[in-house]
Amino acid sequence: MGDADKPRGAWRQQAVRLGDALWEIPPTAKAGMRVSARIYATPQLLAEMDDGVFEQVTNVAMLPGIVGHAFCMPDGHWGYGFPIGGLAAMDPERGVISPGGIGFDINCGMRLVRTNLTYDEIRDRVPALIDALYQRVPAGVGARGLLRLTDAEFRAVALRGARWCVEQGYGWPEDLERIEERGAIAGADPACVSQRALERGRQQVGTLGSGNHYLEIQVVRPENVFDARAAAAMGIDLPYQVCIMFHCGSRGFGHQIASDYVQRFLPLMERKFGIQLPDRDLACAPFSSAEGQAYFAAMKCAMNMSFANRQVILHRIREVFLDVLGRDARSLGLETVYDVCHNTAKLEEHEVNGRRRRLLVHRKGATRAFAPGMPDVPAAYRAIGQPVIIGGSMETGSYLLHGVATGAQAFFTTAHGSGRTMSRHAAKRQFHGKQLERDLAQRGIYVRTVSYAGLAEEAGAAYKDIDAVVAATAAAGLSAPVVRFTPIGNVKG
Amino acid sequence: MPYRFLEDAPVADVGFVASGDTLAACFQAAADATLAVMLGNPEQLEARQEVQLHVEADTRELALLRFLEEFIYYKDAHGLLLRATAVRVTDGGDGWQVDATAAGEPIDPSRHLLAADAKAVTLHRLQVARIDGGAWEATVVLDI
Repeated sequence: MGDADKPRGAWRQQAVRLGDALWEIPPTAKAGMRVSARIYATPQLLAEMDDGVFEQVTNVAMLPGIVGHAFCMPDGHWGYGFPIGGLAAMDPERGVISPGGIGFDINCGMRLVRTNLTYDEIRDRVPALIDALYQRVPAGVGARGLLRLTDAEFRAVALRGARWCVEQGYGWPEDLERIEERGAIAGADPACVSQRALERGRQQVGTLGSGNHYLEIQVVRPENVFDARAAAAMGIDLPYQVCIMFHCGSRGFGHQIASDYVQRFLPLMERKFGIQLPDRDLACAPFSSAEGQAYFAAMKCAMNMSFANRQVILHRIREVFLDVLGRDARSLGLETVYDVCHNTAKLEEHEVNGRRRRLLVHRKGATRAFAPGMPDVPAAYRAIGQPVIIGGSMETGSYLLHGVATGAQAFFTTAHGSGRTMSRHAAKRQFHGKQLERDLAQRGIYVRTVSYAGLAEEAGAAYKDIDAVVAATAAAGLSAPVVRFTPIGNVKG
Repeated sequence: MPYRFLEDAPVADVGFVASGDTLAACFQAAADATLAVMLGNPEQLEARQEVQLHVEADTRELALLRFLEEFIYYKDAHGLLLRATAVRVTDGGDGWQVDATAAGEPIDPSRHLLAADAKAVTLHRLQVARIDGGAWEATVVLDI
């Protein structure tokens, strides 16, 4: 039987356990694999992963120029080309860049914001805060932001990201210190972006989107502080402290850039570059080719738009807290803890077999987790390690973690969320949005949503156990938990 | 209904199979399915504005992908939800062309039951093929 005829589940059987939360599929498992595939998961999480993960991570292992292993994180699930939770580092001279290794929602990511408030101080104001946030941070199908940008302004956003926002008064200079790439990745070139992409994204700065995107008010219960020293360094040191977390990306802008380049690479892959792969969702181009470089520069535009999107949303949060609580953001201590990217490819330096190498690291539904002492970790966190924000479902809670030295095994990468286990269609059949809203209210979680169908799709039971995912990252030595957040209010796209 | 949603689409996304007696009817059904992913009550969509669509591609599958992308583009760039009212698909020998009229209205959360915000039409399982009896069937997965 040829590999193409094998059932999707065949690759799962080839996984050999290497550690408490690490499995490996050897390169001999499937014709064309250049390296082994490594999956981080406990036996329980591995059993819950869909067959697509095993097929896709072994396909990623076939990409030209891949270095080390093809990886999947503990929250992994079926994606396009790469699984969600996928990680692959490429040699920039011999390797490829693949939009399927980054995702349609380029630089979808999370921002965590601390406050000086405690739960008792805002308990009665949560509905008012969520209602106002729902108005000021547009969400849902085709949502447009309150910011009206000209074409020239939007191109400036694509070039300068969150820095542009701070220059315009939508944020504080210190916010930038606590965003990956300081809120603006160098090398973006709007000339590599289609007019359609610009048109789709121009009015969407400051919007949440839909699907699994959300904005949440959360509380840190004292029993959920796992590392008080690290938490204090990240500004979390009050009992029942209130924090705000949100998850969104580059909206239609990034989606169109990804679509454009997938279609551009597809006919060239075999004809021009001689690359044969088993899945057209892995459409790619040599990183050093003109086409590869154009995508890299366009993708960076979407990364910057996403940084700007989250920066403007933070600005709206500060406005809302002032309006509702009558206190300005400075006195409330509404400070960015950190902002992480999920869907990117970045040039980074890593040690491989004792040698420092520059690598193009694709992370798709995976979070960079730099260790203590690494130069790109903000000075305030350098002794602790890079903050990592792992968002759970709106019902179950989320985590703050930090990077650790043993993360070198996976190019300093960890999970990004809890990972779905149930399809949207099945979740919609099993749960009812309005009932879910009532159930959540009874549990002290006030929700506003644009779409009750969308709310049902995001029910907690549609996701893996976030605690198990975080425990797996800790057991594998990818990241260490700092605090766990409990949701009290949620705006759902 | 000339489309049905897939039970085995990737868990985070939405897939459907659209069908029609002709290729044009199949494409039109796929456009209806795409609208139904974004709008819970597509029957409430009023035809207040009309748009002419034209796409070209080397293959039938890519022609469908680009045709459906038009509906996502108009949703984001113009805030318009559209339904295809007339579709023509032609094979010019050196490539496929889709010409269509679409009608709809600006997104209005007070009347529209908004559902999922489709991000993109993917290549995943994308297929347009004849089935028994000569009808056409298209399989599409949308990224959500």
